[in-house]
Amino acid sequence: MIDTGATAFILICTAMVMLMTPGVGLFYGGLVRRKNFISMLALAFIAFALVSIQWVVCGYSLAFGTDINGLIGGLEYAFLQGVGMEGDGIPDLLFMAFQMVFAGLTLAIVTSGVAERIKISSFVVFGLLWTTLVYDPLAHWAWGGGWAAQLGALDFAGGTVVHISSGFSALALALVIGKRLGFGSHGMEPNNIPMVLLGGALLWFGWFGFNAGSALTADGLAANAFVATNIAAAAGALSWLCAAWVRGRPGSIGIISGAIAGLVAITPAAGFVTPMAAIPIGAAAGLVCYGALFFRVKRGLDESLDAWAIHGMGGIFGALATGVFAVAAIGGVDGLLYGNPGQFLIQLVDVAVVVAYSFGATYIIAKVVDAVMGLRVTEEEEYVGLDIAQHGESVRV
Amino acid sequence: MKMVTAVIRPEMFDSVRAALEADGIYGMTVSEVMGRGAQKGIALRFRGKVMPVELIPKVKIEMVVPAADVDKVVRIVLENCRTGRPGDGRIFVLPVESICRVRTGQIDQADP
Repeated sequence: MIDTGATAFILICTAMVMLMTPGVGLFYGGLVRRKNFISMLALAFIAFALVSIQWVVCGYSLAFGTDINGLIGGLEYAFLQGVGMEGDGIPDLLFMAFQMVFAGLTLAIVTSGVAERIKISSFVVFGLLWTTLVYDPLAHWAWGGGWAAQLGALDFAGGTVVHISSGFSALALALVIGKRLGFGSHGMEPNNIPMVLLGGALLWFGWFGFNAGSALTADGLAANAFVATNIAAAAGALSWLCAAWVRGRPGSIGIISGAIAGLVAITPAAGFVTPMAAIPIGAAAGLVCYGALFFRVKRGLDESLDAWAIHGMGGIFGALATGVFAVAAIGGVDGLLYGNPGQFLIQLVDVAVVVAYSFGATYIIAKVVDAVMGLRVTEEEEYVGLDIAQHGESVRV
Repeated sequence: MKMVTAVIRPEMFDSVRAALEADGIYGMTVSEVMGRGAQKGIALRFRGKVMPVELIPKVKIEMVVPAADVDKVVRIVLENCRTGRPGDGRIFVLPVESICRVRTGQIDQADP
């Protein structure tokens, strides 16, 4: 039976999550130098378009098809066979589309690791391999009946599938492609901070669809997720603001990064914890990610736009916090604080496997693509900037 | 007094400014400009086609300094902005007739 209320709600949530992908593009585009502004936005759109096609061809089926040994789904839904207007509560087609926008967003976040130096053709090939070999299995493990779901690991809206995977994949990709020309010696200040804030605003807005929509119906759980999402974002913004204030002046990029850190951390937890638990989760996530960012800079790693620090480390923290703060009255499962330490261990195992798999598999895929066609543009193209070198366009008049 | 105008690679600006400051040269006017030199820009090869990029972003620094300081300024710019490859830029040295300070209206005659 189709529930019209739930269907209307998830249709809107799907569109909201779609807007997060150009939101990531604007966020990243504002952070890079002006000669690569268009490139970052274009990469987000390319990621979304690529995954949209891959998802209906085979991605959805690999993630949500009949379970094969807990590792991957079967191919019975390839080319959307048997995915129609009927469904349980919402049409199967809508469930497929809702999951599709998540997959597209995740690949867009990964572009952080190759900002300002990736060749588009290589990104297209890498992106197709990555979403098929990394994202689809992870989505299957958590939501498609794979081993993590069978183990009882909690991931409400994608803390492991979307955030840990994109963060650690961005790190692996950055290590393979190498540092940007002049990294560490030349200034690489953000070219347009208001654009970063606009991108962040779109992310915060879209995240309501991302988390509340993950209830897959318009009910009290969706409302709980919605409220927890906003509280965690606010707490993360304020904790990062305070941490930055102690060290100097609180920059606006820090405030919005803190909000995103809070949003990332509440993603796996939104349907399992109370709204009040979102305050410590969001606030601690802001501090964890702030620390991770400094660690990254100190180590001289050019994971250029900090997907690892914010999505990767925020995702780990959120997945573990879910095992601590979960309460049966919200999502049916208790965590460590409510006398169920076993749940924390399950979360720990899930996190460890997802970190290892996404980093390792991405590293191998990136190495292969690099060996076959080269991930990186030439030095001269990098110097001129990808806007002109790759797109023949420029934000200068 | 002389005006030293340096057109340099944008990414070199921070280091050259710091070096000038360390040697007591503070006053400068800086603009972001586009330009090209004898190579007529850069020709990027893309799938066998040549794509010309005629105007390259540069930073222009203008400094008015006593004639005795010109050599020092030029040396500092050279030390900090040279990569040895096309596109490092130019330094122009021009005579300055007089300088009028807007706040006071005082006119400084150029030194000999």
